[in-house]
Amino acid sequence: MLSRLAESLFWIGRYIERADDTARIVDSYVHRMVEDPFNDESATCRSLYSILGIEVGPERLNTAETLQTIVYDIDNPNSIAGALNGAYENARRSRDYISSEMWVALNTTRNELPKRESRARNFGPSTYLGYVRERAALLAGLTDATLSHDDGWRFLVLGRNLERIDMTARLLRGRVVSDENAPDWMAFLRASGAMEAFMRNTREVDDANGVAAFLMLDRLFPRSVLYSLNLADECLVEIQPVSQRISSGDPARQALARARGMLEFIDPRQLIEQLPELLEMLESTCFRITDAVTDRYFRHEEAVAWIIEEGL
Amino acid sequence: MAVKFESDASGAWNEMFSAPGQARPVYERLLADLDAYQPQELRARSEQLSRTFIDRGVTFAHSGEERPFPLDLVPRILGALEWDRLARGIAQRVRALEAFLADVYGAGRIFDEGLMPRSVITSSPHYCRPAFGISPPNDVRIAVAGIDLIRDEHGNFCVLEDNVRIPSGVSYVIENRRAMTQAFSSLFSDHRVHPVDSYPSRLFAALLAAAPRKAVDPVIVVLSPGVHNAAYFEHVLLARMMGVELVEGRDLVCRSNHVYMRTTNGERAVHVIYRRVDDDWLDPLQFRPDSVIGVAGLVNAARAGNVVISNGIGNGVADDKLVYTYVPEFIRFYLGEKPLLDNIETHRLEDAAVREAVLASLADYVLKPVDGSGGKGIVIGPQATKTELKALRKAIAAAPRNFIAQRPVALSTHPTFVGDSLAPRHIDLRPFAVNDGSDVWVLPGGLTRVALGEGELIVNSSRGGGSKDTWVINDEAVAFRGAVPPASSRPRRHGAAPRQNDEFVGAGDEQ
Repeated sequence: MLSRLAESLFWIGRYIERADDTARIVDSYVHRMVEDPFNDESATCRSLYSILGIEVGPERLNTAETLQTIVYDIDNPNSIAGALNGAYENARRSRDYISSEMWVALNTTRNELPKRESRARNFGPSTYLGYVRERAALLAGLTDATLSHDDGWRFLVLGRNLERIDMTARLLRGRVVSDENAPDWMAFLRASGAMEAFMRNTREVDDANGVAAFLMLDRLFPRSVLYSLNLADECLVEIQPVSQRISSGDPARQALARARGMLEFIDPRQLIEQLPELLEMLESTCFRITDAVTDRYFRHEEAVAWIIEEGL
Repeated sequence: MAVKFESDASGAWNEMFSAPGQARPVYERLLADLDAYQPQELRARSEQLSRTFIDRGVTFAHSGEERPFPLDLVPRILGALEWDRLARGIAQRVRALEAFLADVYGAGRIFDEGLMPRSVITSSPHYCRPAFGISPPNDVRIAVAGIDLIRDEHGNFCVLEDNVRIPSGVSYVIENRRAMTQAFSSLFSDHRVHPVDSYPSRLFAALLAAAPRKAVDPVIVVLSPGVHNAAYFEHVLLARMMGVELVEGRDLVCRSNHVYMRTTNGERAVHVIYRRVDDDWLDPLQFRPDSVIGVAGLVNAARAGNVVISNGIGNGVADDKLVYTYVPEFIRFYLGEKPLLDNIETHRLEDAAVREAVLASLADYVLKPVDGSGGKGIVIGPQATKTELKALRKAIAAAPRNFIAQRPVALSTHPTFVGDSLAPRHIDLRPFAVNDGSDVWVLPGGLTRVALGEGELIVNSSRGGGSKDTWVINDEAVAFRGAVPPASSRPRRHGAAPRQNDEFVGAGDEQ
């Protein structure tokens, strides 16, 4: 398939997942930010910014502005509206490839956002966040049900899973970097939609190590880091033009294998101690894989400008 | 709601009525059908149509904003007999233009015969020297033509202009039909409307037939300037419906006169490029060097016969409005036939006597720049201000080659849903013809554009125009017209009405 199309699909996957995950993370904070009278507003906002990787100055932060930047600001590619817009822009570029149902769903979602935003200003951000999660689920469903599961779909799924790894790592990092201002572990589980799955698996609700292990290492839960790594690897294997009996030294797969290896061989009971280090490793792994995939599959030359020679 | 005859002061032809209360035969059944609807129901349908378009992203870009192309509820109808005559006229014109292009980029017989001065061509801004000597494998330079037609005061179709570069609008024909069959299904069960959905497969077949002979399994692509182009939606639609890749200039690369596209699996050869990029931007080596949406080396690859660019480069010379005045000559000369479609009465301003006569009463003419498209630069004499005319006079005196003068024609009018009622609005017609080298096929109907402002004569989408679904219906439907009961005794569409597939949105309980 066309390199440019592959790149667009990869980013559709990433952006939709980013919108979804950001909505989940913000949701886990909203309770504290909006309703908890004892919380330190500025510190909570700072914690939210930091896990989303957005730099802010030393001034006092307030909830309204924070939500504006992280949720509604369509010009910021890290905000929810911005991520959906990014997905839309990439879908426009690949409109001949994606199914028209996917296109219509993305187009209507983007057209609907301003209406949802004004409603959220009256009734609180939860309605908006709920809408975004619902649409992300619809889009994921349409992706799987209406696209052929060919290379294009694999690039999309690869993008989705890399973003998911990145965002789950960020979610967990909230606990690591700012303990008292981040939501509690249970809020994280709820944000990941993992509450019921986790409870069915264990009874110890207050076990921080258990929650972290579940989100990092569970083999069956589709939002866990290990699960997403495995899925991303499957995509990379199938995307490879020819199957090779001896590894060709694909840097993307190597980075992935290294991360998987570290997670596979860790002692789950001591996970919490090694968490900061692991999360950092995961973030840089996502970067490295994106770079390697871009380098290998999305190559296109920069636009060339031609200069007329004078005197000819 | 009842549709009334409204006469137009300009003396324009009324498409629907021949006299008050006297509908033209092809419209009788439609009028009876429309009669069963309340204005609110029509409004609801009209809103449903525009919502469908916004949701589906059926839009064109206008000054940086994506807008839907408004679709009017009331279809325009052409009888199959009249259509057949029109289609033959269009096909004839395309064949003549094809022969003309082959001639001016080759032998130049028409100059030798003295039928057209060579200076007309050499002074044309769109005559493209790099295209000289490139002869396409099946001699097709015009794979797609959009010949703009209007109906004059006497009801005759005349050619307004030829578009054989990159005519656009066919996607709206397809989308309009799709939207109308959804919103107004009952109308379609009462009429035998010729379908339009075979266009992409016709185009695909024509592109396949145009492929270089040595290409065993030719790869066809649609080349688009990108998402910011006004017609991007159309490029997507055509690529998708033909099942080919939609590429941008940066996806292609030329090497040793072969063209390849960059894929995740290496480079893949390309054989036919249905391009929607203007000549000027197509190849920075031959045309504008600052183009970043083109492909360097494309023209040489075409000359080497390794790739076919469709429509051909340099076709613009046939769109030149001064060349337009010679097309009836082309038909006689190249085809040995009598023109089936007339031009509008047009004056060539290079002739000093003609120019003086036109300049003396400039306000009585429509003046058009020879290389304009999309209604750009047209001055309608009777509606122009003194200062406009003054500037125009100066421009003509300075460069008479750059303008033609035409008799102002009152475009025919058609009832159009405006506000909550039907009012006459001016319309034109752009049929689309596909040439596969052995036959010129004309898409039944084409795009009817409507000027939504009252009395407005320029119908282009960029000037706030809308469109109508255009039907070609079999005339035998007309033959049963005795069977259409008078409007008052027709069953209403509600309640006990038998038509179950006819759903109302929102207005279901109105009577």
